Amino acid sequence: MKARLRANLTWLALMVLGFVVIDSCEFTGLINTFIENMLVTIGINVILATGLNLIIGFSGQFSLGHAGFMAIGAYATGIITQTMATPAGFFISMVVGMLIAIVAALIVGIPTLRLRGDYLAIATMGAAEIIRLLINNLKITNGAAGLFNIPALASWATVYVLMCLTTIVTVNFIHSRSGRAIMAVREDEIAAEAMGINTTRWKLAAFVFGAATAAIGGSLHAAYIQTIAPSDFNIMASIAILIVVVLGGVGSMTGTFVAAVGLGALDTILQNFGTLRMIIYSLALILIMIFKPSGLLGTWELSFRRLNRHHLKEVTNHE
Amino acid sequence: MQTIGQQFINGLSLGSIYALLALGYTMVYGIIKLINFAHGDIYMLGAFWGYYVINQLHFNFILAMLSAMLFCALVGVVIEYFAYRPLRHSPRITALITAIGVSFLLENGMSYLFTANTRSFPQVIKTVTYHVAGLRISNIQLLILGSACFLMLLLELIIKRTKMGKAMRAVAVDPTAAQLVGINLNHTISFTFALGSAMAGAAGVLIGLYYNSIDPLMGMTPGIKAFVAAVIGGIGSIPGASLGGFIIGILETGVQAIGLSAYKDAVVYFVLIVILLVMPAGIFGKHTKEKV
Repeated sequence: MKARLRANLTWLALMVLGFVVIDSCEFTGLINTFIENMLVTIGINVILATGLNLIIGFSGQFSLGHAGFMAIGAYATGIITQTMATPAGFFISMVVGMLIAIVAALIVGIPTLRLRGDYLAIATMGAAEIIRLLINNLKITNGAAGLFNIPALASWATVYVLMCLTTIVTVNFIHSRSGRAIMAVREDEIAAEAMGINTTRWKLAAFVFGAATAAIGGSLHAAYIQTIAPSDFNIMASIAILIVVVLGGVGSMTGTFVAAVGLGALDTILQNFGTLRMIIYSLALILIMIFKPSGLLGTWELSFRRLNRHHLKEVTNHE
Repeated sequence: MQTIGQQFINGLSLGSIYALLALGYTMVYGIIKLINFAHGDIYMLGAFWGYYVINQLHFNFILAMLSAMLFCALVGVVIEYFAYRPLRHSPRITALITAIGVSFLLENGMSYLFTANTRSFPQVIKTVTYHVAGLRISNIQLLILGSACFLMLLLELIIKRTKMGKAMRAVAVDPTAAQLVGINLNHTISFTFALGSAMAGAAGVLIGLYYNSIDPLMGMTPGIKAFVAAVIGGIGSIPGASLGGFIIGILETGVQAIGLSAYKDAVVYFVLIVILLVMPAGIFGKHTKEKV
């Protein structure tokens, strides 16, 4: 317990340091709007991908419908902040989005989580497409044209703070009793069931947790980009999040961070290449997968708890 | 009654395209458990090949379709060799991402080389519409249905009657045991990709003729829907894929006909989820009991 508190405090200190560094860079003009845009995209991708990594990497359920829950968060913010254009309105809209996403995840998850592997992937993909098509045809969401002129209520700082918050909560969730139950289900469903773990319940818990974080990502996306359309949340959007997770290493939160930052930077560099951009991107994707099949970091995690323990061991050895 | 019959005919023609595509998905999935995301783009390549050989080399329809099948088979084998073979023993999700990468590469490569414009497919066969019992049916629709059924029968014969087909079925059941009895795994998997891609190539030329417009992104949505068709029919099952294709085609035209065209994809996905919940392995899928 004490070790975990210490690790969390170290992380918190790192996060505050990161904030100060970005803030001072912003202040001195080292970060222009172009780079700020990149950083915010990275931040939102981290939020989305950590949620998906929890579902895929830790509970072992292959979901291909993350963009559907993101859409729910984005549209909740888009619709609510149009009448309540205050920071409070933004946070209310985020909570509303999360609640709707949780309800949607329960409706989708309770029947479909009985399916396995690729069948589950295709069912969640179908569910996300149904959500998108509903949004596409409703009046309140302005149909296929989408919503624009959404009040700019999220700055890079909001995204940064929420990214840190969701990551800390997710990682602690994984390290808790619930997290261990979820990982037991991933390792062997039948064995976990024999140990008295309610497998459906924990799979659902991970799925709902992931959906709620996706809604946060969606809210931030809507409030920062200020324009959303149903086509932003199609299958390709779900796949883009999946790519971050797999590239970083399924089951490694550190990997998700590395992949999100790497892909964000790659995307910004490739802006100069025009139409060649997507070709280079896809080639990079194929090559990384062929030469590093388990993702950039595999299942390796940067852990201060482990570092601390290591350090302690060395100290005692010396004595 | 007449409209129902008419929609049924339209649904069958569209469904046979989905069925041809679904066959490729189902065979590849059956043998290496990979959702080949690039399959829809091979269908796009087939359509583009047809477009160029008809326009530049003045091929007739049969020749264009056969050459497109040959070309796509080659592309399928090359993709398998370079992109999927190195990953045969890695986690399946990695192979899936590679397949998505190949799909992006084909789509954007084609957009880059030949521009992303929509082109009109040359009409090598003049459309003639027959009126049978108050129903309109064009010779193109008959051609699509006929060639699709012919190809499906041919495929069924190849899989059931030839030595290679037997090897394919053996690898699908148990790759290790198949190797033990002397089946060359690599050849069999290459052959499967060639067969599936040839079907997609034929579907590409047929859809070009039917819808009269092709573009580099045309494979994305039909690809996903054909995969849904394969899942509905029971992935790994050849008759299942054909049936699934027809179900999706008829469902889509049916929903469109009752004025809900905005929701046609939603209905397809809804039916998919319902079928999976009732029959978790699809209509013709085999149930496997898990042993501890």
